[in-house]
Amino acid sequence: MIKSALNVVTVEPRDEMAGETAAPLVELVDVARHFDVSPPWLNRVLEGKGRAVLKAVDGVSLAIASGETLGLVGESGCGKSTVARLIVGLYRPTRGEIRYAGRRIDVDGARHAARREMQMIFQDPYASLNPRWRVADIVAEPLRAAPADGRPARAAIGERVGSLLEQVGLVAADGAKFPHQFSGGQRQRISIARALAGSPRFLVCDEPTSALDVSVQAQVLNLMRRLQRELGLTLLFISHNLAVVHHIANRVGVMYLGRMVETAPTKALFAEPQHPYTRMLLEAVPDLALTGKPRTAVAGEVPNPLDPPAGCAFHPRCPYANERCRREVPVLKPVRRAAGILGEAACHAVQEKRLGSTVVTQMTMRDPG
Amino acid sequence: MATLAAPSRLARWWRGDIAWSFRHSPVAVASAIVLAICLAAALFAPWVAPHNPFDLATLNLSDALTPPHGMAGAKPEYLLGTDDQGRDVLSAIMFGTRISLLVGALAVALSIAMGVSLGLASGYAGGRLDAFIMRAADVQLSFPAILIALLIDGVARAVLPRDAHADVALVVLVVAIGVSNWPQYARTVRGSTLVEKNKEYVQAARVIGVRPAAIVLRHLLPNVLSPVLVIATINIAIAIQVEATLSFLGVGVPPTRPSLGTLIRVGNDFLFSGEWWITIFPGAALVILVLAINLLGDWLRDALNPKLK
Amino acid sequence: MAADALLAVKDLRVEFATRQGTLVAVDGVSLTIAPGEVLGVVGESGAGKSLTGAAVIGLIDPPGRIGAGEVWLGGRRIDNLPPEGLRRVRGREIGAVFQDPLTSLNPLYTIGRQLTETMMTHLKLSSSATRKRALDLLAEVGIPAPKRRFDHYPHQFSGGMRQRVVIALALAANPKLIIADEPTTALDVSIQAQIIALLKRLCREHGTAVMLITHDMGVIAETADRVAVMYAGRIAEVGPVADVIHRPQHPYTQGLMGSIPSIIAEREELAQIEGSMPRLTAIPAGCAFHPRCPHAFDRCRRERPELMAAGRTRAACWLVA
Repeated sequence: MIKSALNVVTVEPRDEMAGETAAPLVELVDVARHFDVSPPWLNRVLEGKGRAVLKAVDGVSLAIASGETLGLVGESGCGKSTVARLIVGLYRPTRGEIRYAGRRIDVDGARHAARREMQMIFQDPYASLNPRWRVADIVAEPLRAAPADGRPARAAIGERVGSLLEQVGLVAADGAKFPHQFSGGQRQRISIARALAGSPRFLVCDEPTSALDVSVQAQVLNLMRRLQRELGLTLLFISHNLAVVHHIANRVGVMYLGRMVETAPTKALFAEPQHPYTRMLLEAVPDLALTGKPRTAVAGEVPNPLDPPAGCAFHPRCPYANERCRREVPVLKPVRRAAGILGEAACHAVQEKRLGSTVVTQMTMRDPG
Repeated sequence: MATLAAPSRLARWWRGDIAWSFRHSPVAVASAIVLAICLAAALFAPWVAPHNPFDLATLNLSDALTPPHGMAGAKPEYLLGTDDQGRDVLSAIMFGTRISLLVGALAVALSIAMGVSLGLASGYAGGRLDAFIMRAADVQLSFPAILIALLIDGVARAVLPRDAHADVALVVLVVAIGVSNWPQYARTVRGSTLVEKNKEYVQAARVIGVRPAAIVLRHLLPNVLSPVLVIATINIAIAIQVEATLSFLGVGVPPTRPSLGTLIRVGNDFLFSGEWWITIFPGAALVILVLAINLLGDWLRDALNPKLK
Repeated sequence: MAADALLAVKDLRVEFATRQGTLVAVDGVSLTIAPGEVLGVVGESGAGKSLTGAAVIGLIDPPGRIGAGEVWLGGRRIDNLPPEGLRRVRGREIGAVFQDPLTSLNPLYTIGRQLTETMMTHLKLSSSATRKRALDLLAEVGIPAPKRRFDHYPHQFSGGMRQRVVIALALAANPKLIIADEPTTALDVSIQAQIIALLKRLCREHGTAVMLITHDMGVIAETADRVAVMYAGRIAEVGPVADVIHRPQHPYTQGLMGSIPSIIAEREELAQIEGSMPRLTAIPAGCAFHPRCPHAFDRCRRERPELMAAGRTRAACWLVA
């Protein structure tokens, strides 16, 4: 475990996935992204309004080891999509550092080598492919955008596109068609083929199955797991669907209003959620298995991100909030679970051991006969 | 799904939605036929017109002011009559339509070139460039297009030497009408660009590392062009009208190569002395041309609108 | 089918006239809802569930139309009513909650006005009585400070609050049936849970029946008493919720349940149904699911199965015949 000057703890995953304690592949150190959403100057003068800053991401640190899948969950406004876009360079961080393979990539000019190795898959299968381009051109774009020395020959590009399409479960002849001739699930496969074209090491997946039907989602998730195994990819998988994250991720990070509130290996997080927000989220997931487990009342709504509460952002909705929670922003600290020290939580109540343990071992499928 | 041997692109287009909509719209088909006739007449005027109204050698002053076919005193070789110089009205209309269409099409092409590039730049770059271009557009839009065209024309007249003017008159006219219309395209394209810019396929291209110029030209441009097409169709009609107005006012094409507008002006003087055909026929030709283009443009706008499908 | 069913849909057929011919989007759907019951209608996109709800409430727009079948509400046939009669049924006897709370509310009117307008149209109360009733409803759906929020506009509410207002609107005229089409899909998970709980409680208290249309099986598991699974415009299986979820008889339902990831079970691979739902222009002959079915045999390709008893549910499958 490494403690940096910013009091950030980088925990190597010690669960089933990693055997190596190598340096993380992707690292975020106290990253923040602010958006200036102030009303125009004239309105500010006439209506006496002040400036407004949206702190979409407000000091997030995380580390992803090579070969693992980190799931990032949270509700709308928590900043998980912004984190994804910060990592791939669509946004510049307002503060903090982003490192890939040990080198900083958030400064100008430093991105190029890293860019070849990381790709992104988007949520909307209908908007993520240019409707006027043929599928073959779409999938070949990363190859054609490579610098001249790294660019393969034209014939080689055609072959590679064909084999990529087959790899994702389509046929090479589909390259001649246009996106609108495909269904949502097939379009996501095309997006995956495009993302894999440049042989990346790291894939950021922003809600890739949220817009898909359940049976199609199963196909795409199975495909992604298979590809990850075959190609040795590292994945950052963002979703609001806890069940999907449970299925595909090795480790999970939970975000709320721009901050990371808990991280843990998947099994540990779902069996023993520590942070009150994580507990609330798990309670809120509709109960397909009809276990009939008692559910705590779900209270309140996500506050306006333009005007977040002082101290811990969750305290207005938290049944365990005390005076300290209202004043002091909690910091991620390691958490002791039944199986040992696994994961971290940013919660005063957890650190002060005010919460009872929630070892949820009785999660059995019980149906009222 | 097995792909059949792909039919030719033309066959596919003919079976597509737009062609189907066209075939089932009598107004669109009729307008297209009328427009095709006008275009053919204009294009092949030098060979098809019964006379050449601008070749002074062929003019016969004794034929001046001949009434059109069907009236007393008509001559068979002058179907729509002649003007005060003995020029055949029908031929003059054909040659005049030629000029009108040429000026209209070129002016719209110029507007599109300016408007689309400025709109794309404005929408994609945002910030100060966007603000500057849009304010320029706003300022220009507060002047009537004809006024701007007059302004440019007047400046050109003042600046260029007198004898050069006749040669470059057409160019000046095209520039005048073209420049007066770019804001409309720029605004539309900027709006579409702002929408498309945030779509995930553009973000994907940025993640891949495609350069901004390539993104704008290869990703955004094909997707913002449909509304431009519709506006352009209707604007050709407007450009022709503006040219006709300018020529009517005497500041358009030089009288040696009259357009429909010039013909109308010239014929106006004879309206109340009884030789009505000199102004009415060119006027009717202008109206028919503009109407056909407008109706076709209306159909195109509805056919291209995905929400109405 | 119970003789005292509140809603009875018989052999409903919804078709679209396109230039490729007539496309059938809902093909012979029959279902019933008892008074106070919650029936879930679940299916993937293109299955025809939203159209079924729209047909019941009479909101099918041309080029779509009800090609055949009957819709009976409370013993009265409503699908062939003239527009005026249908308008009176809507709101008074059937309420609707749609997916997007942003477009369900008129942004130009205060929510108080929209509520009272609905009530005055259907209940014929005085304006002070409707105002009081509206305030009571707002409190019932959990809007804090209803007197103050009465005069607020929709954009001043958050998504979850707006959906509560929409539910209040749906309940305003005390209907016997509510059609809820994806009421929680656009909301966050924690808000979803609140809205589902609210809907359940209110419908129990008011005795309102609900047709809950969604693609989210978890919501159905929480809320519905019975569930109908739709595929390619037909009902594949229908029965009590616990039976359909835990002992599905139709291969499609089995595949569907197997493909849903769970936060409890550990699975290496999710069960996968090969292929995708057929397009309306290419619905297979016989059983619509047979090209994707691992158990298909000859009869499935030729004959279309009707709903048959299978354990405690009914499934449209030759395997259970």
